[in-house]
Amino acid sequence: MASPRVCVLRAPGTNCDVETAYAFDSCGGRSDRVHLFRLIERPTLLDDYQILCIPGGFSYGDDIGAGVVFSSQLRGHLGDVVHQFLTADKLVLGICNGFQTLLKAGVLPYGAAGWGKSDRSEADATLTWNHNGKYTARWVHLTVGGSKNVFLRDISELDLPIAHAEGRLVPRSADVVETWRNQHQIAIQYAPWAAGSDGASNPINDRWEANPNGAVAEIAGLSDPSGRVLGLMPHPERFLFATQHPQWTRLNLEGSGAGLKLFQNGIDYFA
Amino acid sequence: MLWEVEIRPSAHEIDREGLRIVQEAHDLRASTISQVESARSFLLQGTSLNAADIKRAASMLLVDPVAERFEIREVSEGEVTVSNSMKSATLLNVMYKPGVTDNVATSTQKALIDLGFTVDTVATVRKYWFEASVSTSDLDRVTKRVLANDAVERVISGPIRMSKIGAGSDYQFQLRTVPIRTMDDHALKDLSKYGQLYLSLTEMQTIKQHWVDQQRDPTDIELETVAQTWSEHCSHKTLKGRIRYRDESGEHVFENMLKETIFGATVEIRRRLGADDWCVSVFKDNAGVVKFDDKQHVCFKVETHNHPSAIEPYGGANTGIGGVIRDPLGTGLGAKPILNTDVFCFAPPDTPVASLPPGVLHPKLVMKGVVSGVRDYGNRMGIPTVNGAVFFDERYLGNPLVYCGTAAMIPVDRVEKTVHPGDLIVAVGGRTGRDGIHGATFSSAELTQESETISGGAVQIGNAVVEKMVADVVLQARDLGLYHAITDCGAGGFSSAVGEMGEEVGAVVWLDKCPLKYTGLSYTEIWISEAQERMVLAVPPDKWDEFHAICEAEGVEASAIGQFGNAGRLRLTYHGETVGDVAMSFLHDGRPHVTRDAFYTPPGETPLGGVAATNRNLSDHLNTTLKKILGSLNVCSKEWIIRQYDHEVQSGSVVKPLVGVACDGPSDASVVRPDLTSYRGVVVSNGMNPHYGDSDPYWMAAAAIDEAVRNCVAVGADPARIAILDNFCWGNTERAETLGSLVRAAIGCKDTAIAFGTPFISGKDSLNNEFSYVDAETGEKRTVAIPSSLLISAIGQVADIRRCVTMDLKKSGNILYLVGVTRAELGGSHYALVNQLKGGRIPHVDMSVAPRIFSAVHKSIELGLIRSCHDLSEGGLAVAASEMAFAGGFGVELELSQLAKASGLSDPASLLFSESTTRFLIEVEPAQSSRIEKEFAGLPLTQIGQVVSSGRVRATLENGQLLLDQECAELKAAWQSPLAWD
Repeated sequence: MASPRVCVLRAPGTNCDVETAYAFDSCGGRSDRVHLFRLIERPTLLDDYQILCIPGGFSYGDDIGAGVVFSSQLRGHLGDVVHQFLTADKLVLGICNGFQTLLKAGVLPYGAAGWGKSDRSEADATLTWNHNGKYTARWVHLTVGGSKNVFLRDISELDLPIAHAEGRLVPRSADVVETWRNQHQIAIQYAPWAAGSDGASNPINDRWEANPNGAVAEIAGLSDPSGRVLGLMPHPERFLFATQHPQWTRLNLEGSGAGLKLFQNGIDYFA
Repeated sequence: MLWEVEIRPSAHEIDREGLRIVQEAHDLRASTISQVESARSFLLQGTSLNAADIKRAASMLLVDPVAERFEIREVSEGEVTVSNSMKSATLLNVMYKPGVTDNVATSTQKALIDLGFTVDTVATVRKYWFEASVSTSDLDRVTKRVLANDAVERVISGPIRMSKIGAGSDYQFQLRTVPIRTMDDHALKDLSKYGQLYLSLTEMQTIKQHWVDQQRDPTDIELETVAQTWSEHCSHKTLKGRIRYRDESGEHVFENMLKETIFGATVEIRRRLGADDWCVSVFKDNAGVVKFDDKQHVCFKVETHNHPSAIEPYGGANTGIGGVIRDPLGTGLGAKPILNTDVFCFAPPDTPVASLPPGVLHPKLVMKGVVSGVRDYGNRMGIPTVNGAVFFDERYLGNPLVYCGTAAMIPVDRVEKTVHPGDLIVAVGGRTGRDGIHGATFSSAELTQESETISGGAVQIGNAVVEKMVADVVLQARDLGLYHAITDCGAGGFSSAVGEMGEEVGAVVWLDKCPLKYTGLSYTEIWISEAQERMVLAVPPDKWDEFHAICEAEGVEASAIGQFGNAGRLRLTYHGETVGDVAMSFLHDGRPHVTRDAFYTPPGETPLGGVAATNRNLSDHLNTTLKKILGSLNVCSKEWIIRQYDHEVQSGSVVKPLVGVACDGPSDASVVRPDLTSYRGVVVSNGMNPHYGDSDPYWMAAAAIDEAVRNCVAVGADPARIAILDNFCWGNTERAETLGSLVRAAIGCKDTAIAFGTPFISGKDSLNNEFSYVDAETGEKRTVAIPSSLLISAIGQVADIRRCVTMDLKKSGNILYLVGVTRAELGGSHYALVNQLKGGRIPHVDMSVAPRIFSAVHKSIELGLIRSCHDLSEGGLAVAASEMAFAGGFGVELELSQLAKASGLSDPASLLFSESTTRFLIEVEPAQSSRIEKEFAGLPLTQIGQVVSSGRVRATLENGQLLLDQECAELKAAWQSPLAWD
């Protein structure tokens, strides 16, 4: 099959679109950085793509809340094409602001099953202010849990950077988390850093809580029940090369970074 | 109808904003404030809006259904709000003053219209409820110091009662002229001062004569145009002017001081390089440009935004970073920003509140505001902020310094630009409002306690997303060749941008065509407004449709506001009527030349004073000193700031600002990769030490250049490819002594740059950094002048980023070498600072050996011989060794007898804490020791110890005399605690 086409959807204020498109392309995809306004003008444009990715940034300045205006545009103008995309055998990835947008639009947590509401008043979850009340940029250690998400195949754990202010996942009630667990939706979780080769505890654990924002159940990323939609706060496109790891000079890391595998998995799904 | 949607945290969420106010109140000792509740609210205005609409707007867009709850009310009713837990409470509403940019309101209005609501105007409000028992004076203090900044915000007590919101007003055109021809000197002075022109009498007299010759009075807009063009901020008339300089070695008259020192150094370096010259565009465009690879050049610029940041730290810093990002975007035909760097100078954050002069914001508040301003703008722009520094000194009270810098990449064939007669003058981006009037002239004036009132209009708040959108479309249009020239709209607004672009060919501007934020602006306000996020381009008429379409496609406003080409004259029209007509030659060459005097008298070297430690307590003294230096404000960890900045967006991060086993060691410089398909990297660092300037600005300048270069080299940059920027922030240079110290520093810059082969490619100066006030007790005028502050910013290059090294120690058993010569140079040092010692010799740079040391370090890094490398700066060897140890999670064992022998120094304080320049501490594997010694043959290299796993920093002299013995964990805690705010 020809290389899958990736729609990297950008809105005013999106700022990780170039490197995200690069990540897909370097794994054999063919990505276009598509402006939201083009898609609103001609929604069927989306039919040409196999992967829809909403990258990181500050869409519309996050002025009312992270991803709020972008998600309102998706709901208001692209209801039908997004529905078709979600029901087809296609993939959706939201990174950081993209995750916030997917969740607030209603694409997550439940994929096609949850899509189509006109407002958010019944929403099961939100992404809101970090417990520390500030924008925070640091690296986290992540484990991949019981989901069958396509993007996470053959990944059990990895380090990635986060850079967000509103990354704390809050459910409406505890039942919601139970539902997610039962439907294998808890895709990626924050976890303590691994011990060194000598068995000594990792000093990062002494200074940072594993969970950087207070997210419920340490959740860093959610899958829809089908495993074809993923939203995550950490940035896999910022670990494409070993030299992006904060300790590459200590650990003598070489070659590609662990984040690349997510993009490769997305592309390989269509192989 | 005017409605309010009041939004509070839901029951299970914490009221963070309320808690923040309680904490800040506690810091201010406002002891009656122990509980505060907060809400955010939107005011929505629209003739047909009803309650059902407002509820729908709230649940579709405004309110988070999980984390928040809301209520709505019609505002005109003036209904009293009682907070849930505080039955009778004082409510304060904080709103922007009319005309101040309210980004959230603008976005909200657009989004609501998109959803089908008919909303005419939106405003945002922050609401706070205090207990009724709070004392009036506490409430007053917290309101003034924490809740609202009077320069941009207003506070409404109790329920909001108003019938409408909005800033627009009517404007009746009336051409105003100024009868300057009949004014005497006294009247001219008054006109300069009260008209906020801030020009000298000689300049005012020249202007008068010009219009006497023209046989008419100038219009107000003509006068404003001259004042803006001639302002210090825009013309740099002091440093580019004639200066008679005298110091201990005689007198020298400079025709153009900068040209003969800073720029002269670059000319000499380029001459020596000949065919290998790698400078591309220096000192002529908005940023300096040097070669990077076959495809791209790299641009670099650092600006200051001091005066606005003193009055409104958030907005000042916000627009400071926004402004410097537009510099490379307006360089050549436009460059793509890849990194930001920020350096701040503040008074100590623990300055007692009671000691503040009137009109001065508390330095901690200033610092928090500045950091937030840079954070919110830089992060939104998607440009990583990878480097910076913070410097503290009491003399920055009332006059903080905010340096913001941006590096950017430009295709090799997009560096040249030429305005063609007939090109349309096109304004792109933000609309023009009444914000930022008189910024250019104001920034050239001294701050006073009334500055806030007089010049509040000079302060603005930026909108990063608009600038990001502008950058997106400009770079697309650049690649399609749709315009001939571009520049940014900064200080002086259209007046400056059009005036500069049209200097050769002239221009006609149709002021009524400029899109406005609201009605009511006069033609002059439109012309000089410094509203943010605007660029000016020269677009050929046949490309205009295509250019306009590209902008429109992404929601960016572009307007043709005039045309270039008018036989060297600038003509301004408003609805067809000429309101200004001036010769470009008068604007750009008409300024009278004055000769300024500059004196420098060396203070004379005195021995380092103070109490000498006896042998018995020597070790205690050294241990205590080390801890004090690590915990001093200038040296201590800046992680609180760094982690609020996105330093990895664009995916180019190679060496981060914090490194090591726990990601918290202080990097010397940051490295990013601008092109993900190439291994070539850009390195950024800085050097600054105002303390040395108190002794001798010449050696301060030399040390700052040395520091910037060695920081770059320490991570792997090639010293033959480092370019630098100068940034002079000085006191009032009308005083010959103050100007003398600046000239002295400029001469130091010249000599050092030439010796190092490190060209200056651009620069900036900000003079008059003084704050004056009337002492309430004595009634006398007092003036605080900042220390002479020269920031050197360096942009380096590394051929293969996989060779980069970081400063954290890597392996127990590795050998530590000290590179460079240690001398008894404790003057201006942190050893002297924490022990309150005066005098002593400040570091001098050995101009012949330094370049050879840089080359040897670089070559050794390229050969892979160095496992970690850290430069020696504030606190010298002891601080560098400690930082490397705790960053790597190891210890160090230093044995200094060889160093004592090599340096001829017996004084342990000098061995450990001297700040002699051009020194590095390097970690080498034992197997590589002979190779490293070979690379440094003939250069100062001293083996001084090894990496150990003890987790202690120990230093001994001959006979095992113990100098230092400290737990790394304790040293690290001392280093991390001072600014670990939350």
